[in-house]
Amino acid sequence: MTPDEATGATGAEEPLRQRLTRALFARPGRAQLGVAALCGLLAFALVTQVRTTAAGSGTLASARPDDLVSILADLSGRADRLRSQVADLQRSEALLTNGSTRDSAALAQARSRAQTLGILTGTLAARGPGVVLTIQDPQLQVRSDIVLNAIEELRDAGAEAMQIAGTGGVVRIVTSTAVGDLGSRITVDGVALTAPLRLVAIGDSRTLSTALSFPGGAVDAVDAAPGAHAIVTASPAVSVTALRALAAPRYASPAPAPTP
Amino acid sequence: MIVLLAVAVGVSLGLVLQPTVPLDLQPYLPIAVVAALDALFGGVRAWLEHIFDDRVFVVSFVANVLVASLIVYVGDKLGVGGQLSTSIVVVLGIRIFSNAAAIRRRVFRA
Repeated sequence: MTPDEATGATGAEEPLRQRLTRALFARPGRAQLGVAALCGLLAFALVTQVRTTAAGSGTLASARPDDLVSILADLSGRADRLRSQVADLQRSEALLTNGSTRDSAALAQARSRAQTLGILTGTLAARGPGVVLTIQDPQLQVRSDIVLNAIEELRDAGAEAMQIAGTGGVVRIVTSTAVGDLGSRITVDGVALTAPLRLVAIGDSRTLSTALSFPGGAVDAVDAAPGAHAIVTASPAVSVTALRALAAPRYASPAPAPTP
Repeated sequence: MIVLLAVAVGVSLGLVLQPTVPLDLQPYLPIAVVAALDALFGGVRAWLEHIFDDRVFVVSFVANVLVASLIVYVGDKLGVGGQLSTSIVVVLGIRIFSNAAAIRRRVFRA
């Protein structure tokens, strides 16, 4: 880059390499100083800029206001979108939680109602506090009206589940249970039972035993029969295990709930 | 020779001093560097074509840098600084490319 090269007087045919070598080792002139200073400045600025960019401090700090504004708008738009997404998800989460709690509550309610109905209708075994009425009757003098009387007394006293057992079978006593006589034996719902009889009732045991053993009550009635003897035993835990098949009603169907 | 020396000095100064660019200068430095690169390539091309002149080089170098920075400055004032600096980079890039093509043709004769 010597000044005399710029005239192009000799360089046209001179090979490039020779010319470069000559330019490199030529005595530096005064004019070259300016060029050199500018090139040095350029190198300095280049390195500085590269370092600034590489340092990463230039990402936001050196961005223009316009760019910053657009970045900010981008970010706030995205934040808005995400926020609405969060709200959506929270709503559906609440919906699902609500639904599942309502469902499980309804399920638990239906299950407990089914259990209640099963105990009342005799399709489920039951256990709880209650009394056991044992009737010893070797001469078969106890008639059905005495047994029926005992059952009615127990019902009045709040017995929730009952069964009667004798030689011949075990019968769950429900609302439709019928008691009758067959010769000298007693039939309960068509099952012939022979003494000793064992009547189990679940309920408040004190109330139940009082209902059976008051003067002139069921126990007295049994004891009045020749050779017969009745014992009431209250117990904190008795079980009613006899079951009864539930027949679907043939004629009755649920009536629609009355509208207020 | 002295030019290479100056380049070496500039690079080592930049590395050693680790200068931080003042905030006011930050938008202009990259543009100025690109403009200077353009001037440099123009100078190399002129040298290869035997029409190199120190004075022309110095003036074109300084003018390139100043005009580029001025345009970006005006653009910043008008609110289109980003777009203007992009356009300057594009224009200077095209010029650098064409200069590089001319240099290549001179050096490799192809």
